[in-house]
Amino acid sequence: MPTPVLALEGVSKSFGAVAALRDVHLELHAHEAHGLVGENGAGKSTLVKILAGVHAPDTGTITLDGRPLRPAGPADARAAGIAVIYQEPTLFPDLSVSENIFMGRQPLRSLRRIDTALMRARAAELFDRLGVRLDPDRPARGLSIADQQLVEIAKAISLDARVLVMDEPTAALSGVEVERLFAVTRSLRDAGTAVLFISHRFDEVFALCQRITVMRDGRWVSTDPASALGVDEVVRRMVGREVSAMYPRQDSAAGAPRLQVRGLTRRGAFADVGFTVHAGEIVALAGLVGAGRSEVSRAIFGVDRYDSGEVLVDGVRLPPGDIAAAIRAGLALVPEDRRQQGLVMELSVERNTNLPRRWRLTRGGLLFGGAERRAAVGWAQRLQVKAGRLTDPVSTLSGGNQQKVVLAKWLATEPKVLIVDEPTRGIDVGTKAEVHRLLSELAADGVAVLMVSSELPEVLGMADRVLVMHEGRLTADIPRARADQETVMRAATGQAAAA
Amino acid sequence: MTLVDSPPAEAATQGTRVARRAFLVRELGIGLALVLLIAVTYAVNPRFLSAQNIKDLLLGSTILAILAVGQAVVVITRNVDLSAGSVLGLSAFATGAVFVAAPGLPIPLMLVIGTALGAVLGAVNGGLIAAAKVPALVVTLGTLYMFRGLDYTWATSRQINAADMPPAFLRMGTETVLGVPVLALFAVAVLVAVGYYLRHYRGGRELYAIGSDPAAARLSGIPGGRRVFAAFVASGALAGLAGVLHAARFGTIDANAGLGIELNVVAAVVVGGVAIFGGSGSVYGAALGAVLLTTIRAALPVLGVNPFWQDAAVGALILASIGLDRALSARVGRSLREGKAHG
Amino acid sequence: MAERIAPVRRVLGSWDVIVLLAVVAVATVGAFTIEGVASPRFWRFVALEALPIALIALPMTLVVITGEIDLSVASVLGLTCTVMGQLWVSGVTSLPLLIALCLLLGAVLGAVNGLFVTGFGLPSLAVTIGTLALYRGLAYVVLGDRAVANYPREWTSSAIAPIPGTTIPWMILVLAALAVVFAVVLHATPVGRALYAMGNNAEAARFAGVNVRLTKFWLFVATGTMSALAGVFWTLRFASARADNGSGLELAVVAAVLLGGVSIFGGRGALLGVLAAVALLGVLRNALQLAYVPANTLTVITGALLIASVVGPNVAGMLRERLRRRRSTAPTATPTT
Repeated sequence: MPTPVLALEGVSKSFGAVAALRDVHLELHAHEAHGLVGENGAGKSTLVKILAGVHAPDTGTITLDGRPLRPAGPADARAAGIAVIYQEPTLFPDLSVSENIFMGRQPLRSLRRIDTALMRARAAELFDRLGVRLDPDRPARGLSIADQQLVEIAKAISLDARVLVMDEPTAALSGVEVERLFAVTRSLRDAGTAVLFISHRFDEVFALCQRITVMRDGRWVSTDPASALGVDEVVRRMVGREVSAMYPRQDSAAGAPRLQVRGLTRRGAFADVGFTVHAGEIVALAGLVGAGRSEVSRAIFGVDRYDSGEVLVDGVRLPPGDIAAAIRAGLALVPEDRRQQGLVMELSVERNTNLPRRWRLTRGGLLFGGAERRAAVGWAQRLQVKAGRLTDPVSTLSGGNQQKVVLAKWLATEPKVLIVDEPTRGIDVGTKAEVHRLLSELAADGVAVLMVSSELPEVLGMADRVLVMHEGRLTADIPRARADQETVMRAATGQAAAA
Repeated sequence: MTLVDSPPAEAATQGTRVARRAFLVRELGIGLALVLLIAVTYAVNPRFLSAQNIKDLLLGSTILAILAVGQAVVVITRNVDLSAGSVLGLSAFATGAVFVAAPGLPIPLMLVIGTALGAVLGAVNGGLIAAAKVPALVVTLGTLYMFRGLDYTWATSRQINAADMPPAFLRMGTETVLGVPVLALFAVAVLVAVGYYLRHYRGGRELYAIGSDPAAARLSGIPGGRRVFAAFVASGALAGLAGVLHAARFGTIDANAGLGIELNVVAAVVVGGVAIFGGSGSVYGAALGAVLLTTIRAALPVLGVNPFWQDAAVGALILASIGLDRALSARVGRSLREGKAHG
Repeated sequence: MAERIAPVRRVLGSWDVIVLLAVVAVATVGAFTIEGVASPRFWRFVALEALPIALIALPMTLVVITGEIDLSVASVLGLTCTVMGQLWVSGVTSLPLLIALCLLLGAVLGAVNGLFVTGFGLPSLAVTIGTLALYRGLAYVVLGDRAVANYPREWTSSAIAPIPGTTIPWMILVLAALAVVFAVVLHATPVGRALYAMGNNAEAARFAGVNVRLTKFWLFVATGTMSALAGVFWTLRFASARADNGSGLELAVVAAVLLGGVSIFGGRGALLGVLAAVALLGVLRNALQLAYVPANTLTVITGALLIASVVGPNVAGMLRERLRRRRSTAPTATPTT
């Protein structure tokens, strides 16, 4: 093999007590797209941020064209020829699209003034090349996620980078948009750019990449030519054990209807969604990103209002847009975004655990430290939360333990209906299995569980029934016996409505 | 999946047009309010637009406008500078003290000295904020007290009178060129220079970027600390310049110059359409805001409104401005989204 | 800039305790070195001066902990003073009725702030700069540049009357009772827990069933009411209702709250520290006056303390961080998802 364009050797990185990367190596070559796969929490995003110059590695070396690279910041890394497209777009909402593309390196005319006309023309040129129609003059505010991603891609292309790092760029793109992105990426690759492509969609990884590296728990697992690997093998390496052990689903008899959703509609998000979840049942809500699953769960819980329809718990109608009422009625939501919605990161484990039922812990209207401590300790032990002290901020915990705190916080309210949105996102494999076991036990205890998940193995392994959403509508209700990868995917992509 | 094609170009540009119009509308709106106010007042009392009165209005607006320009630069980066009034006070007193010590000092040099003093004080603010990473509101509230205290200590209840200052310097405070006061020309020069920099230079655009999304600015490799530092130095320098002009205009200086003006300055900036959380607005708007606030105060008595209503009117204007901004941005957001929706 | 300083604070010991110790230190040193600081008269003055600031600082602490701010407090105080004066002149002669009307006015003014902030979703900094001008302006509308000073002597003397047997004004007891109420609400009730949660992360608090907007609305109402109470006290203490009463006091209150260790970004701080900071500033000011130190020096000290209170912990934290990971040049931010 020729010398790599970019090489990582023995790179490690920790945040406080959490080791995000341990002794990772990676080689990227010119004229080659390199796939990087791993579960959430495997350390991919940290790796990306090290390449981008956002984080410096604790140990290990990065070499670019054989020379050591120690970027002092994102500007350095960019100047060295590394362009990064992040999972979440990083645009300036108040600035125009063309300024967003060229921020910090705007073309100049005399007296070092910005050449606005040239900048606009170049942006238009980039969009032509990408085959999209975006007005370079419009502000970035209000762009759809897909369009924002396109601006990011235009930005990366404009850099003429030696190395292009793409962190899940396709998560929010439609099929045509993905194809367009791939065409551009292939032409960049053929022109000599080394591409690092990170995605959860294996078909895309195999379609684009020549070699594939697997990571697990912050460690490098393997690097092989794509032709020598199959999807099953990649999944096995990502998970590190046989998949079936991950889903300890106990069978439980479905009881009375607990959660009933009728004709729920929120304009622009979802329409006419209706289903029932029975006591003791785990119902998965599957679909592609952006199909409206999280929006439905938010509306049920009262985070967002809905335009029409109704939500009933044990036959009693919930007032719309009232979270406190939903909690009182026995509803609990473990939200998608743990750091932003699930937890108050700066507060202690104890305060977080007790927040939803703070009123129930009072005596005479007052909270006493002892009662709070006892309440928190009980749940922390039951879920085996590994924390130094319960008074430590949750931000010091690992992702898996943070998720356990979120679960503890909601289980402490003794819910009748538990909605979990991506319950195992970004947590390690061991905790994942624990979470699944917990959900199973809850169902066995008569809780109605509604699980939103993008991981098909999780959906198929855990659910009694699979509801599938496509573009804001429920397209299928598949019982466990008939649910397999193909039927769910067909419904999720709107190809057929399995009944 | 039904494939969503790229949106029709017409729809996208329409959203864009609404957005661009809204930004124009914001500054035009203040301009229009100003014109309307002047027209109505003029109709009630034509003497409102006498040469002398216009001169007074412009003079009255000058110092607030210069401070507002400096403040806008800081607010655009999602920070705030509450120490502007104290910097003005120190610089004004310094002007008097320097003239007492060196009566023959050339006036341009005095302007440089005042501006430099302000820049140094601004550097104290900026240094603490950028290097120690502490909130601007707290730091500049602290330096508001410190600088004012230094001012008092230095002045020790002395007062510097017109007689202590060179006549040429005081003439600068009242002189006009073609009916426009010299001081107002300073303000216009500052406004155009800063406005041009913010619009046409990388450094200026990066200030907007920092205010628009600090995290994204970091990922884009923008030297946030350095830029914010520079913004505070600029704000300090302009407050310093305003101090010298204050001395020239009023002739009499004690340690109270510019006392309590900081919230007025922030108000002018907000009325001028600069978002208090950064990222949008322009120094032109801020300067217009300053002129509007000054004009309201001058117009109310002419309109026969009890002058005691002045502050209340200013307060109502501030609330109306932020309410309007809110409504506008909601409308722009909607039209930008709708431009996409039927794609 | 919201670098987290909680661990640092904990290592340094509690900030509240540091401020409290500073009060004791200043008082002790003052008592031995400055004539008059040991005298009961001195403490009477300190108490009278600190009272209005402390009254407003109580609710302000809660407001800042939720991540908002209210700069209109001094104007509410001023407007209350003038309305009280005007009512008295127009023949309302019952003191309880006057006080009730004033507190009601304060609540309404606070509710207007709250409505703009929570109802229309506008930034409280901008809104309350607006109402700062508006309410002060209305105060001028009510009384112009007149002053109302002819209150019955028993009213004005009772406002500053000492607790029998001491020189300490009895109003301190009112303050103490209110302080206990606010402290209990903040530190030992579900409402207090919710305040900290929403100050750190309003969205997560909402997901946990906290009604963020309603809570903030009532906090603004409380701030208005307490500012009005401070206004009533101010009028009677100085036996004068003027439109410029207490002008500029908002910054003194905010300074005390921040010096007391409350984070301007919300989510952190305690009432003890704030009250200690009010006391510290009051004792310092009066002690230095007795020592013939010019008042302006105190202004400098106030500013320096305020800056030190935020810079100190941050710099200490940075140094510690640098020591901890000497090998690496990594920035200190934690990874974001």
